[in-house]
Amino acid sequence: MSRFVTAAELGLLGCHRCGHVLKRPGQGALGHCDRCGATLHRRKPQSLERCWALLIAAMILYVPANTMTMMRTTNLLNSTDDTIISGVIYLWVQGSWELAAIVFIASVMVPISKFIALLTLLITVRRGSDWDRPGRTRLYRIIEKIGHWSMLDVFVVALLVALVHFDVFGRVEAGGGAVAFGAVVVLTMLASMSFDPRLIWDPPARHD
Amino acid sequence: MSVDRWVVCEQCDAVYTRRKLQPGEVADCARCGHHLYRRHRFDVEILLALTLATAVVFVLANVYPIVTIDAQGSRNAATVWGAVIATWESGVGFVAFLSAMLVFFFPLAQIVLFSYVLLALHRGARPREFRQAMKALALMQPWSMAEVFMLGILVAVVKLAGMMEVIPGIGLWSFAMLTLLLAALTSYDLQDIWDIAERLDDREAPAAGSTGERA
Ligand SMILES: [Zn+2]
Ligand SMILES: [Zn+2]
Repeated sequence: MSRFVTAAELGLLGCHRCGHVLKRPGQGALGHCDRCGATLHRRKPQSLERCWALLIAAMILYVPANTMTMMRTTNLLNSTDDTIISGVIYLWVQGSWELAAIVFIASVMVPISKFIALLTLLITVRRGSDWDRPGRTRLYRIIEKIGHWSMLDVFVVALLVALVHFDVFGRVEAGGGAVAFGAVVVLTMLASMSFDPRLIWDPPARHD
Repeated sequence: MSVDRWVVCEQCDAVYTRRKLQPGEVADCARCGHHLYRRHRFDVEILLALTLATAVVFVLANVYPIVTIDAQGSRNAATVWGAVIATWESGVGFVAFLSAMLVFFFPLAQIVLFSYVLLALHRGARPREFRQAMKALALMQPWSMAEVFMLGILVAVVKLAGMMEVIPGIGLWSFAMLTLLLAALTSYDLQDIWDIAERLDDREAPAAGSTGERA
């Protein structure tokens, strides 16, 4: 494999917002991009610390997101509380296994894969590992791309609450699980945004 | 100012000299596989037309009910804004806030800002608040989730279809169109718009022209 020249070695800096390439002014404060005005950083500031903090908060909230009520369906006779998993089972039993699979992937597989992927990235970067750098960068791109689909179940609940509010035939209300789950999705998105994939490629000494 | 001769991969920091691409061609990073830059098939005029179509569809998708359900004569209809209000009244303000921002305000702001930027570029100049508009577009892009809401509509419809009659509305078809148009619009890299704006500057000041150079 051929050797690649990096911007850090050439004293160049790519603006993270507009892609403009700047000649890096020394080691001190970098100032602003002269094209788009973004505040410049060699690497995203406190990338690993922020990513850890947001990821841990998301993982903690994932527990109430799954155990608390996502939505409550009430009619004259009884009331049922649904969690994410019982909602998936409901769709499955109803015979729409395709949608059950979609909701399961969006609400369970995607967040858990994102937790595992970010943990892997954070730990390998901290160790300065040189294991499959292109693969780990691809992993980062995948979790960036799929993360927001986890918001699916939150929107389903919002729609059902808006639609089902009858006097006789019952009503649907949202529970704390929907709040916790929405927060998990926002936190995991912020966590992956704060991770800087260039750290995967940096030699261990250069983390700032 | 001129179009950059260099490209830096934002995911692995590798440096390349910029090549001129054919329409529809993408330059990938040879080191990590990230899309470095592309030349879109669309030019500004097509992009502007897409934006204006998206604006029309956005209005339709939010004015007309997405679905109406009928339980033995009693009917309820839902719009995006209806879902925001209903979740707010149901006591889950954060869910209402998320729905309002991710499905209503961010897509709306994207449409407005794209129109603002592209109309000016179409006329041959940067708009006055170009930097601010581009900054806002970059910050909002990951948080605009019309397509996820669209899938949510399908799941909600299937959940209800077993119990009551579900009648799709004009809002549903409009929302599906909105999803497709927004996807086409946001497939356009914001960095491409920066490059288009710089090419306009170059046309006005031809002295600053540059050609590719080897590293
Ligand atoms: Zn910039
Ligand atoms: Zn790269």
